[in-house]
Amino acid sequence: MTIIQTKITSPAGDERVARRSALQKLLGRPEVGALVGAIVLFIFFALVSPTFTQPNALATVLYGSSTIGIMAVGVSLLMIGGEFDLSTGVAVISSALTASMFSWYFTTNVWVGVILALLVSLAIGFINGWILMKTKLPSFIVTLATFLMLTGLNLGLTRLIGGSVSSPSISTMDGFDTARGVFASSVNIAGIDVKITVFIWIGLVAVATWVLMRTRVGNWIFAVGGDANAARAVGVPVKATKIGLFMGVGFCGWILGMHNLFAFDTVQSGEGVGNEFLYIIAAVIGGCLLTGGYGSAVGGAIGAFIFGMANKGIVYAQWNPDWFKFFLGLMLLLATIVNLIVKRRAELK
Amino acid sequence: MNAKAIDQETLLQNERDPLTHTPVHLLSLEGVGKHYGNIIALSDVTMAVDNGRVTCVLGDNGAGKSTLIKIIAGLHQHDAGVLNIMGEERKFGSPREALDAGIATVYQDLAVVPLMPIWRNFFLGSELTKGFGPFKSMDVENMKAITLKELADMGIDLRDVEQPIGQLSGGERQCVAIARAVYFGAKVLILDEPTAALGVKQSGVVLRYILQARDRGLGVIFITHNPHHAFPVGDRFLLLKRGKSIGYYDMKDITLDELTAQMAGGAELAELAHELEQLGGHGDVVKEVKAEVADVADGVHASGPKHS
Repeated sequence: MTIIQTKITSPAGDERVARRSALQKLLGRPEVGALVGAIVLFIFFALVSPTFTQPNALATVLYGSSTIGIMAVGVSLLMIGGEFDLSTGVAVISSALTASMFSWYFTTNVWVGVILALLVSLAIGFINGWILMKTKLPSFIVTLATFLMLTGLNLGLTRLIGGSVSSPSISTMDGFDTARGVFASSVNIAGIDVKITVFIWIGLVAVATWVLMRTRVGNWIFAVGGDANAARAVGVPVKATKIGLFMGVGFCGWILGMHNLFAFDTVQSGEGVGNEFLYIIAAVIGGCLLTGGYGSAVGGAIGAFIFGMANKGIVYAQWNPDWFKFFLGLMLLLATIVNLIVKRRAELK
Repeated sequence: MNAKAIDQETLLQNERDPLTHTPVHLLSLEGVGKHYGNIIALSDVTMAVDNGRVTCVLGDNGAGKSTLIKIIAGLHQHDAGVLNIMGEERKFGSPREALDAGIATVYQDLAVVPLMPIWRNFFLGSELTKGFGPFKSMDVENMKAITLKELADMGIDLRDVEQPIGQLSGGERQCVAIARAVYFGAKVLILDEPTAALGVKQSGVVLRYILQARDRGLGVIFITHNPHHAFPVGDRFLLLKRGKSIGYYDMKDITLDELTAQMAGGAELAELAHELEQLGGHGDVVKEVKAEVADVADGVHASGPKHS
C-alpha cells in the first residue's frame, strides 16, 4: 500500500516514466518547428542585411507581423477547434467599411461607427458558425460563400452609398483622433516608435493562450476540434463553442479593420482578398493541425512573425520583392514538414 | 421452460429496489419504441435498472442495442412508451440532460479525444474551476491529482496523466471512462460493448471494473453481444432481436447455456456449420461450430419441450 501511495503522491518517481529531458519536453510543443524556423530565418536575414537587426527595422518587422498576427490569434483558435474561415480577409475590410460609411453617411461621431462595426464583425462570425452548425456543411464551403458575398457587398455597397470604390475620408470627423489613438498610434520606447498593434497583438496572444490552457472553454476548443462527437457525448456545448470561435475571429477582424481605417482615413473596398490565406498560413506554420485538436496561440504568433520577417527582410536585404511569395510557399512547406516530424518523434517518446 | 421470463406486472409492481427498498426503480423503460422514418429501430422494450445491480442487454448486430442506449443517454428521443428515472417520467433532449439526471455512458468509441491529455479528457465537459467571473480558470493541479487518485482507486496505476489518452491501450481507456463516470456521481452507468474490441485478459479486467462499479452502488447497463461476458456479471438479462425484446430474465432463472441458446438460435448455428462444411471450411472450426450446436441443442432441450 505504501508503495502505491508514494506512486500517487509523487507520480514523477514512477520508474516507468522515462525521464523526459527539458529538450524533449520542448520538442513536444506544437510551436517548436515554427520557433526553429523563426530563429534560422532571423539569423539568415541578420547576416544578409546589417540593417535588419537595427531597432527601427525590428519595430517595422514587428508591425508587419502584428497585422497578420492579430488575425492569426483568432484563426489559430478556430483551427484548433477544427474549422476553417476563408472569409476573414474581406471581413476585415467589411468591418472598416461599416465604421467609415456609417459615420460618414449619418455624420455621427466615428465611435458610433466603430461600435456598429464590432457588432457587424461579430454577426459575420456568428452567421458563419450558425450556418455551419445548422447545415453541417464543411466550413470550407460555407466560408467560401461568405467570402464571395462579402467581397460583392464591400464593392457594391461602397459604390452605392459613397459613389466611389473607396470610402470617403473621415479624418475631420468627431472622434477620429481618439479612435486613431486607440487603434493606430505609436508608442515611443527608448526612442523607437512601436506601433500600438504590436501591443494589441501580444495582449491577444496572452489572453488566447490563457483561455486555451487554463479555462474550461480552452478544454472545449481542443475537444470540439479533436473529436466533436465525443465532446458532445460528454456534455460539451459543441455548437456554442464553434460559433464562439467564429465570433472570436470576427472580433480579431474588427480590431484589424479599425487599425486599417484609422491608420489612414479611407478604405479601398476591393482590398483584403487573399489575406485569409496569410492568416491560415501563419496558424499552420505555427503548428496548428488542419484537422483540428492540436496547436497553440503562441504558434500562430510565431508563424505571423516568420511572415513579417520574410516580408520586410527581403526589403532590407534589397532583393526584388517579387520573390516573396516563393519564399512564403517554401517556408510553409518546410514548416509543416518539420512540424510533422517533430510531432511523430514527440509521440513516440 | 426453466428460464422464466420476468413478467411485466411483477417487474413494475412487486420488485423492490435492493438499496432503497422502495418499489421505485432507479431507471425503468415501459414499452419504449423508436423509429427512424419508416424503419422501426426499437419497439416495445421493457426493462429496469436498480442500484447495485447489473442489467445486461444482449443482442446481435442490428438488434437495437445502440438505439436503446442512445435513448437512455439522451442522444435520441423515444417516440413510444415511457422512460422513468426514480419513478418520474423523463425524455432527454440532450446528453447533458441525461448526465444531469445521473446517467453516464461509456461509449464503444469511448467518447475520448485521443490527442488530449488524460486529465483533460477525464474532466472534459465537467471541468473544475476556481476564481470568479471573467477570471474563472481551471483548477489544473487539483484536476490532475484527482485523475491520478480516481484511477488508482479503480486499480489503474497510470504513468503520467499528461500523456495523450490515445496512447493508452483499449482496456485502459475503458477504465478511464468508467472511472470518470463513477467520479462524477453517476447513478446509472451505461457501458456500450466495452469488451467488444478487447482480448480475453483485457475483457476480464473490464468485467472486474463493472463489478466494482456495481459494488459502489451504481446501476449498470451492460450492452454486449457476448453471453459469456454478460452471464458472470449480470443480474438481469434483456435479449433483443431485430428491434424487439425476445426475453427478459432474472439471473436465478436462467443458465449460461439457455442464454446462449436464446441468443444464437440453434437452427441458425446448425445451418452455419453445414454451410462451412460445404465451403470446405477448416476442420477444427467446423468441429467447434458443431460442438456449439450440440451445446445449444442441449440447452434448448434442458429448457423444455417447446423447442425440441
